Amino acid sequence: MTWLRWILLALVAGLFGLFAYMLTQPKDEFVESAMVGKPMPAFDLPAAVADRPGLSSADLADGQPKLLNVFASWCVPCAAEAPNLARLEASGANIVAVAIRDRPEDVAAFLAAYGNPFSRIGKDDISAVQLSIGSSGVPETFVIDGRGVIRYQHIGDIRDSDVSVLLAELREAGA
Amino acid sequence: MRLFLALLVALAAPAAAQDLLPPAPYAYRQIADPALEAKAQALMETLRCLKCQSQSIADSDAPMAGDMRHQVRSRIAGGEDPEAVRAWLVERYGDYVSYKPAMSATTWPLFAIPLVLLAVVALILRRRLGRAK
Repeated sequence: MTWLRWILLALVAGLFGLFAYMLTQPKDEFVESAMVGKPMPAFDLPAAVADRPGLSSADLADGQPKLLNVFASWCVPCAAEAPNLARLEASGANIVAVAIRDRPEDVAAFLAAYGNPFSRIGKDDISAVQLSIGSSGVPETFVIDGRGVIRYQHIGDIRDSDVSVLLAELREAGA
Repeated sequence: MRLFLALLVALAAPAAAQDLLPPAPYAYRQIADPALEAKAQALMETLRCLKCQSQSIADSDAPMAGDMRHQVRSRIAGGEDPEAVRAWLVERYGDYVSYKPAMSATTWPLFAIPLVLLAVVALILRRRLGRAK
């Protein structure tokens, strides 16, 4: 029976080794959308600000691939990613947006302060569109192809190194 | 010092992330029909809040949890089956959004391992007790 004891000891040691290893790993709290590869659910949002039209799922299936930025004026990292959204727009990306739980005057003030790279901004007061595309926070950026299929999800603010990744994903989606 | 600053930033982020809009209609209001509300409540207790991942959406005061409760209550008030609402969310966020254990390609070891361990224990006990006699 000694061999069985050694096997059990090895199993327990292995288990504690696994605990120790996993405890030293950084925690991944991102919840990825399961909607990547699926068509955009139907929606129709009113305009979030006066000088940009609202956003509907039909606008996302007009033949041109787009970036869909989920943001809010009350979200600090959304302000941090503004320069990189501007770079993406300057590189030719058509960026549309959904403003989550936001007042028009706050969105307008946010865009006045940090720039407005968006061609359309929909107003989502109850996070309905956000929930329907499996987004779990702000900011998030989705690549949508010309047929309105979600092709890629970027979680969190867009860092400098993410700009080229998003442009490559956009090209892959047919831009 | 660096760690302390990182901690400060981590604590500051949720405080800053507050919107000024009123909660969604069904976030804090029950469905008028108590039977439907009971169904919704039971479901909400088994759905994960995505902003505060150790809480259910029934427990959380995060605005997003309120918006999720609104989805759940308005769908159930509209006659949808609770499991259909759960499936709608799982389709979007994966199994992670549901606290209800489900057997799947990735979760079957959780159910199988205890059975295997019990079998091993039974085997050892039988051998030992058999030898003692």
